[in-house]
Amino acid sequence: MTDLLSKFDPLIAERQGLLDTGVRDPFGIVMQAVLSPTEAIIDDRHTILLGTYNYMGMTFDPDVIAAGHDALTRFGAGTTGSRVLNGTYQSHRECEDALKDYYGTSHAMVFSTGYQANLGIVSTLAGRGDYVVLDADSHASIYDGCSLGNADIVRFRHNSVEDLDKRLGRLPPEAGKLVVLEGVYSMLGDIAPLAALVAVAKRHGAMVMVDEAHAMGFFGEHGRGVTEAAGVEDQVDFIVGTFSKSVGTVGGFCVSNHPKFEILRLVCRPYTFTASLPPAVVASSAASIRKLMHNQAKRRQLWDSTRRLHGGLRAAGFQLATATPESAIVSVLMPDQETTVRMWQAMLESGVYVNMSRPPATPVGVFLLRCSVCAEHTSAQVETVLARFNDAARAVGLQLAAAA
Amino acid sequence: MTDRTSIFTRICALIAPLNRRGVTLTETTSFANDLEMDSLTVMDLVANIEDEWDIVLPLNLLPELETIGQVADAVTKLATK
Repeated sequence: MTDLLSKFDPLIAERQGLLDTGVRDPFGIVMQAVLSPTEAIIDDRHTILLGTYNYMGMTFDPDVIAAGHDALTRFGAGTTGSRVLNGTYQSHRECEDALKDYYGTSHAMVFSTGYQANLGIVSTLAGRGDYVVLDADSHASIYDGCSLGNADIVRFRHNSVEDLDKRLGRLPPEAGKLVVLEGVYSMLGDIAPLAALVAVAKRHGAMVMVDEAHAMGFFGEHGRGVTEAAGVEDQVDFIVGTFSKSVGTVGGFCVSNHPKFEILRLVCRPYTFTASLPPAVVASSAASIRKLMHNQAKRRQLWDSTRRLHGGLRAAGFQLATATPESAIVSVLMPDQETTVRMWQAMLESGVYVNMSRPPATPVGVFLLRCSVCAEHTSAQVETVLARFNDAARAVGLQLAAAA
Repeated sequence: MTDRTSIFTRICALIAPLNRRGVTLTETTSFANDLEMDSLTVMDLVANIEDEWDIVLPLNLLPELETIGQVADAVTKLATK
């Protein structure tokens, strides 16, 4: 008998080699208790959370929790069904209404996760003979959507307007084309030059989808994302997003003004052939989305803390993935896997949780310690984090640049 | 240059900087097994090949292209269309 898992032997060996050096498994963290959007107990230790994507800190918002409690009591624990059969409750409708109000669109479709929203929209919109043209640094869910569908897949160099133009120019003019972009790219925390990219896409007759997962809530006047901030909402055909970041729950969505949008509910397999979200989740999400419409103070707080963190790390000599704080993700470039894991562990043992990222999640050969800032982080927490970054770098012997 | 021989030679030249283990490049050299290229490296190589001959080599065709010879065949077909 061939052991089907033997193909993973090289990865098993690499992991074991790393763990044998005495470091803790960076992909095996357990939160024993969650105290707030910014604090948890990990390894019996009080820990500042700086890697949760909980940008707006809505997870413990009293209104969000109350809406979930109420729906749990009135509608039960789960729907046990697909959105198109028995799985659409009043609360799912209200959640889609909240999204339509938030984005000012005529249609909204709620999926069970953000991953499924990308999987479904990309695979369904572009069929046989069509082209998906995607940014090289696209999220795994977008690549997987390409694999699930039957379109031809063309990849352009990350954030390169010129490369997108060139690749679109090689495609048959009459073919259907979907250009897939993200507002914020989560690994390096950089934003897309959407105005220029969307203009090129439109010039070649392509439809445009933008994933705003890491931008919802704090980009643009209404918090609709980089699309709004770039002033191209009327040019973007589909916006995909998630509830598991700024909204603070779980779920995914697509909003659009396309007049035929509703047919997607019947032809999009990752929407149709899975169970819908539990009533409590959609009710909490709807409450959170409506609160996110009016959150100037939180947005300001988030950007202030991000600037302070980015500036503090830069001044201390850490190498950052972006020269300025472009989003609420601050990525520290690391030299190699071993130093990254040791530094990550030193941070954790000093009570700060950040994300460790490695290829293939990151662009080729890049190792990162990624911080995502929350509007609820206090300035005292940010100062503590900066101090601990410095201590950890010293402890693991990470070379820092001369003070800027 | 769009004849099969010069295309094969040029593809080998594009692979050379990625051939860290110094594997001898032949018609049957495999990207995954012999060159041990990960999927990201392969996709970057595809972008360079596309630019070299101004063609579209969709990523969904890659699973069928395991060896340098197979890629040379595909490029020859696309470049002479």
